[in-house]
Amino acid sequence: MRRTLPIFGVLAVLLVAIAVANPYFLELPGFLAFVKRAAPLAILAAGQYFVIVSGEFDLSVGSLVTAEVVIAARLIDGDPGATWPVIALLLVLGALIGLVNGAVTTLLRVPSFITTLGMMLILAGAVFLWTGGAPRGALTEEFRTFGRGGLGPVPWSVLILLAVVTAVVLLMRADFGRTLVATGDNPGAAALSGVRVPRAKTIAFVLSGLSAAVCAILLGGFAGVSAQVGQGLEFQAITAVVLGGVVLGGGRGSVVAAIAGAFTLEALFTLLNLYGISGALESAVQGVILIAAIALGSLTLPAWAARARTTNATTHTTPDPTHAKG
Amino acid sequence: MSLTPRRALAGAVLATLLPLSACSSDLPEGPAASGGAASQGPGDGKKKTGDQSKFFVQADYEAQLAMRTKQATGPADKPWEQAIDPQPVDTTAYKKTGKYHLCFSNAATNNPWRQVGWKTMQSEVALHKEIAEFTVLDAEGKDDKQISDIAELSAKGCDALIVSPNTTATLTPAVKGACPKVPVIVFDRGVQTDCPVTFIKPIGGYAFGADAAEFLIDEVKPGGKILALRILPGVDVLETRWSAAKVAFDKSRLDVVGVEFTDGDAAKTKAVVSDYIQRFGKIDGVWMDAGATSVAAVEAFEDAGVAVPPINGEDQQDFLQKWKDADLTAVAPTYPTYQWRTPVIAALKILKGESVPKVWNLPQPKVTRDSLGDYLKPGMPPLHYALCGCEAMPGYPQKWGGK
Repeated sequence: MRRTLPIFGVLAVLLVAIAVANPYFLELPGFLAFVKRAAPLAILAAGQYFVIVSGEFDLSVGSLVTAEVVIAARLIDGDPGATWPVIALLLVLGALIGLVNGAVTTLLRVPSFITTLGMMLILAGAVFLWTGGAPRGALTEEFRTFGRGGLGPVPWSVLILLAVVTAVVLLMRADFGRTLVATGDNPGAAALSGVRVPRAKTIAFVLSGLSAAVCAILLGGFAGVSAQVGQGLEFQAITAVVLGGVVLGGGRGSVVAAIAGAFTLEALFTLLNLYGISGALESAVQGVILIAAIALGSLTLPAWAARARTTNATTHTTPDPTHAKG
Repeated sequence: MSLTPRRALAGAVLATLLPLSACSSDLPEGPAASGGAASQGPGDGKKKTGDQSKFFVQADYEAQLAMRTKQATGPADKPWEQAIDPQPVDTTAYKKTGKYHLCFSNAATNNPWRQVGWKTMQSEVALHKEIAEFTVLDAEGKDDKQISDIAELSAKGCDALIVSPNTTATLTPAVKGACPKVPVIVFDRGVQTDCPVTFIKPIGGYAFGADAAEFLIDEVKPGGKILALRILPGVDVLETRWSAAKVAFDKSRLDVVGVEFTDGDAAKTKAVVSDYIQRFGKIDGVWMDAGATSVAAVEAFEDAGVAVPPINGEDQQDFLQKWKDADLTAVAPTYPTYQWRTPVIAALKILKGESVPKVWNLPQPKVTRDSLGDYLKPGMPPLHYALCGCEAMPGYPQKWGGK
């Protein structure tokens, strides 16, 4: 995919800039520490990619991450025996929230922007009501090891990220990936060629919810209990996906580029931090990227380019009917 | 073929990066310049601690620092009843007989400090049989709601009104409006009027910030690199903490290599500290304006595989526990939650016609290596504040989430 190329270029430039500022970055532990820090956002961006490429949004993931971390702390409450059951519960809960988002969007026909905005408020309110603003309980070392510890020199979060990347790449290469892209490109045409559009979109939301659960396990492990852990993550994930060249509205873009977008964003934050530029600028930079990327991406194209784009779309993303039935 | 969108995207990203590359040319000078500042000592006007906060008031600063060594009057085992430099006011005008109806306009219960305090206050009310009714409105952190809460409470027939203001300036007119109708007791944050009968507070933010900074100045060798972590700018109670530390650091020979905002977020704190460890190789001390993310800062050193330098936290259980377990070189200045007991005690004194201090300065101890054992109570939840003064109250520790 030619669209995916620029993001890798930008990422490379940023990584070089970080290495110039901080030579330790070139050593394996320094680089792995960076990957470890980027892993939660990368996983969340992968989940957000599914939703965006299918033509929808998921604004609820930030609140969902917060809710999951707070719930984990409350239920585990320092008891090592509760670690694994609670992790299973978190994954189920993430998938369930995704299922509700998907069902409301596709069956009740509420625009996903509103559905997930509502879900974001519901989760934030529920967490506040349940905790009164201050989370209780504690996470165990066993739980935290996924975000904090490692297998030898390699952090667990890096291994989990590798597993997630492999899984999503395989998923996008399988029939599901093709139908999902077709759904986002033209839901009507996809439906006519036999794609069950509501089902495909709902699965995308479920995957996004699952990714939020994994992200919560990593972030909670990295830094411990906090009622602010998920704040702004939904916009970071969307920015990452857009930065990866995935088109809002769906139908175009690669998941690997979306993940590279997450790394780029994290590299940018790291660089700002390394150069001592205040954290207040982070959200401003993010806003500029989001608007600039979308504005420049959707500028009225010259006729020849627009034609080329249509041709591209036809050759690359129109589903092969034999696959679309799957 | 699809060159245009690709270029556009790259252009967008590069445009955002351009300011960064401009900064990069300054970088090599950064550490060198700071080293220079450290050797030149104070008075060179180029300290990395930045300009003094516009919230800084020299007289308040001096008064608070002096109060730290003054002997408080009152029972030594009940610091919430003690006062430093009390200027008693006569309250016979408010004297009443019979049962009392107390009212409380609470700014919020939206953080662990306020939650611990709020539980402690409820327990204090339960201790007094003469309080027949206790009416509470929670403003949920909103100024506008608290303004109407105060108006509502002052029309409810309360015998005394306790106010914990959400913000200082905005709530001042509301408190002024209530003063003629009911005796008002303000605590925690102040208001810009002396119409309340008494204003209750610990010594204050300058003392907090100075306690932590002076500890680092004692513990870290001259020229040592200090990282200062603040929650966010522009909040008076936090600005005072930093501005007192700034004064102390500027006079010292320590090199403050960074002053960063963390939004009180543990992950961000950990990321910022990790970056500083990578960038400077070694950080010799960490100053924090609040303890909520101290453990995250400590973990950043642990995860980087380097020794944890001298650091300050607060009297929160998770930090005290970490301090003991990891044998840290640490200090914990406090903003004691036991101050939530005092307004109830003050209200009863006022209604009985006993005098109260006009400004009730409560002692503000710091937890040191020697007193850590007294304050660290096993079985309390990680976000509990040790200086609750609640250990002898009915329902402790379960009511505060302990085991």
